[in-house]
Order: sequence, then C-alpha cells, then structure tokens
Amino acid sequence: MGIKDRQNEQLPVAGNSDLTFLTTKVDFVVNWARRNSLWPMPFGTACCAIEMMASAASNFDLARFGMERMSFSPRQADVLICAGRVPYKLAPVLRRTWDQMMQPKWCISMGACASSGGVFDTYSMVQGIDTIVPVDVYVPGCPPRPEGLIYGLMMIQEKIKSESMADHERLRREDPEGAGRPVADSSEVKALTGVFGNSTQQDKFSSLAQTARPGRFKDVLK
Amino acid sequence: MTEGKVSMIEAMVDVFGSAITGSEIQCGDQQVVHVEPSNNLEILTWLKDTEGYDYDLLLDVTAVDYGSIPGVEVVYQLWSITNKQLLRIKCALPEDSLKIRSVADLWGSANWLEREVYDLFGVQFEGHPDLRRILMPKNYSEGHPLRKDFPLRGRFSREKQTELALKQDYEDYYSPEQLEGFGQRSDD
Repeated sequence: MGIKDRQNEQLPVAGNSDLTFLTTKVDFVVNWARRNSLWPMPFGTACCAIEMMASAASNFDLARFGMERMSFSPRQADVLICAGRVPYKLAPVLRRTWDQMMQPKWCISMGACASSGGVFDTYSMVQGIDTIVPVDVYVPGCPPRPEGLIYGLMMIQEKIKSESMADHERLRREDPEGAGRPVADSSEVKALTGVFGNSTQQDKFSSLAQTARPGRFKDVLK
Repeated sequence: MTEGKVSMIEAMVDVFGSAITGSEIQCGDQQVVHVEPSNNLEILTWLKDTEGYDYDLLLDVTAVDYGSIPGVEVVYQLWSITNKQLLRIKCALPEDSLKIRSVADLWGSANWLEREVYDLFGVQFEGHPDLRRILMPKNYSEGHPLRKDFPLRGRFSREKQTELALKQDYEDYYSPEQLEGFGQRSDD
C-alpha cells in the first residue's frame, strides 16, 4: 500500500515510478461509490413528502449521506422514495417511474400509507406499494420523522455494502415483459390484503356490510 | 333580506306552480328551495335571467344519497353577485330514474361539477356535452362510490383492483399531442 504521506506532497505523474496506488476489491470500491452517492427520486404524494423535504433541508441535511440532491428525473435516480398514499389511479405512474429508473436501483416505502394503505382502507387506495413495485426498506410512521427516513436510507446503504457484482442471483433481475405489471402476482396480493377484508369480506372487522343494500340501483355495474 | 326571499319564493310559485315542492331556511340564513327534477332547467334559467334575482354564479353542483331516503338528491348552490344572495336548489331523484337535465349550457362551471356527480353518484345529466368519469379511473367498473350501497372497499377484490389500475392507459387522460409535450415517449 503505497499511499504517500501528504506532508511530502508531490503529485503522482503517469509513468513516474512514484505513482501511488492502492489495491482493493472491485465490490468494495463499487459499493462504496454507490452507497455514498445515492440520488433519491422523490415520489411525494402527501404529508410524508413534507417530512422528506425537511430531511433534505439544512437541519437534517440528507447531503451528509451522499444524497446530494433530489433527482427529479428517474433516469438519474438510484433510490425511489415513495412518500405518501398512492391511489389506484396513480399506480401506473408509480410503476412507470420505477420502470424508468436504471439498475441498480432501490426503493423506500415511506410512511404507513405507502407501506400498507394506512388508515385509507378504501376503494381507491393501493394497499401497500409493494404490490406495484419491489420495496427494499419500509419506514414506519405517520409521517415518519426525518431521522426515520435517514435511518431508512442508511439501511439501504448497509444493504448495498453487502452486495456483490459476482453474485448475480442477489441482484434484482427485471424482465422487460414485466414493465407496467404488478410486482406481486394476484395470489400474493390476495394473501397480503385478504386478512384485512375486501369487497367480499367487507364485514370482517366492521359491520359496514349492513349499510349495503345490494341491487338497490339497477345500473350499478356497467 | 328575509322579505326579499319570501317574495322570491312567491314569485317562483306564481311562475312554476306545483313544480316548487317546498322551501325552508337552513343554517340561519341559507334559503333552500325544493323543486321537481323535471323542471330544473326552466327554474334555474329563470333564476339566472330574471331581473332582480340574477343568480349568475353557479358555485356548486353536488348530490346527496341519504340512505334512509331512496334515491339521490341533486343540489345546486347559486350565488347572485349583484344581490350578494345565496340560494340552494334541491331536486330529489327517485332511485329508479337517476336522470336530470344538464345545466352546462347555462353555466360553464356545471360541466365538470356534473361530471363529478355522474362519476360518484351515477346521475345521468341529459344534454351534457361530455359526460364521462372525472375523478375515478376511466376503466373503473365497480359502480359509483359515494352511493350508500357502495361497499367501502369497493366491489372487486384487491388483486382485481390492482390489476385494473395498472391496465390504465395514459392516453385515457392525455391526448397524444399533450404527451408529445411531456417529452419523448419511451415506447421502445
């Protein structure tokens, strides 16, 4: 390890026998570079986005961890932060943003609504974005404090540390055919959401089914 | 103030007779007039064009499904700019014919408001220039969510809802020209 003492400063010149170098593993260098220059793609739809903005502002300063700026272009982003509730109408937009991001990429589901639908267990809400895109880290909270989001991002950094370029099995493979498709297949969505009741199990935790009078209107389904 | 309102109700009854089914004052000074749905367009035109009343601003078109009362009640909230007067017109629709004539030609603001009422309550506005869903996805096929008989979590299972949601097409909401403006489309 021929790192020269900075006190005896002499810039290395190519061809010079004094050229400094160090040896290391490719995985280490690549992971070091990746984890310290994560650019977040903010997908802020609700109050969690306010906390996300606070995380980026001077008090908490995400830039300390290499999230130098929010990348508003998915092409340049490394980590998708989905902050806030996602209605079904927005689901293809979220999926398309994820599809447009380049590998390697990671995803944080910030807050209760993004992770599970939260209190919005209704007809219009996606019950957890993990049915739409693959999620690496869930940050709980309603909304989470900026420290929580920063902790989530540091968990992503820890995850990147353990990745290896040689270990293809552990890299997330993406099928071009899968673009725009749900990441969880339908049986998985059923298993995830079924316990909370759906249209056919409406009264599992509530007595809401009693308000329904089926067939009251004739044009219900068309 | 109150006398003016009373005389207006009397004038409405004089002109439209039994089409005015009732009137009341709610929340202190909110004048509410119940009218027959078949006469809604004539009555609203009269209120807009008659000198001295001049209800020239349509603030809101909405609807109520009370659940206990069958059918849906369509509500028009009017504001007279010159007289600084609010007026609420209610039309109770029976549940077997959720149809009413559109007032989109009368007030431009009714266009999207009536689309919203159609989307969430399923009221058909006859003569509306562009009656289609405005809030729910275009391919939404579970019915009209704000009706009392609509289950909170929708009619389909979550897996079906997720599948349908991801099948939405951007061109349902934006024309190809608008999409061009957003930059290169990644169809490749």
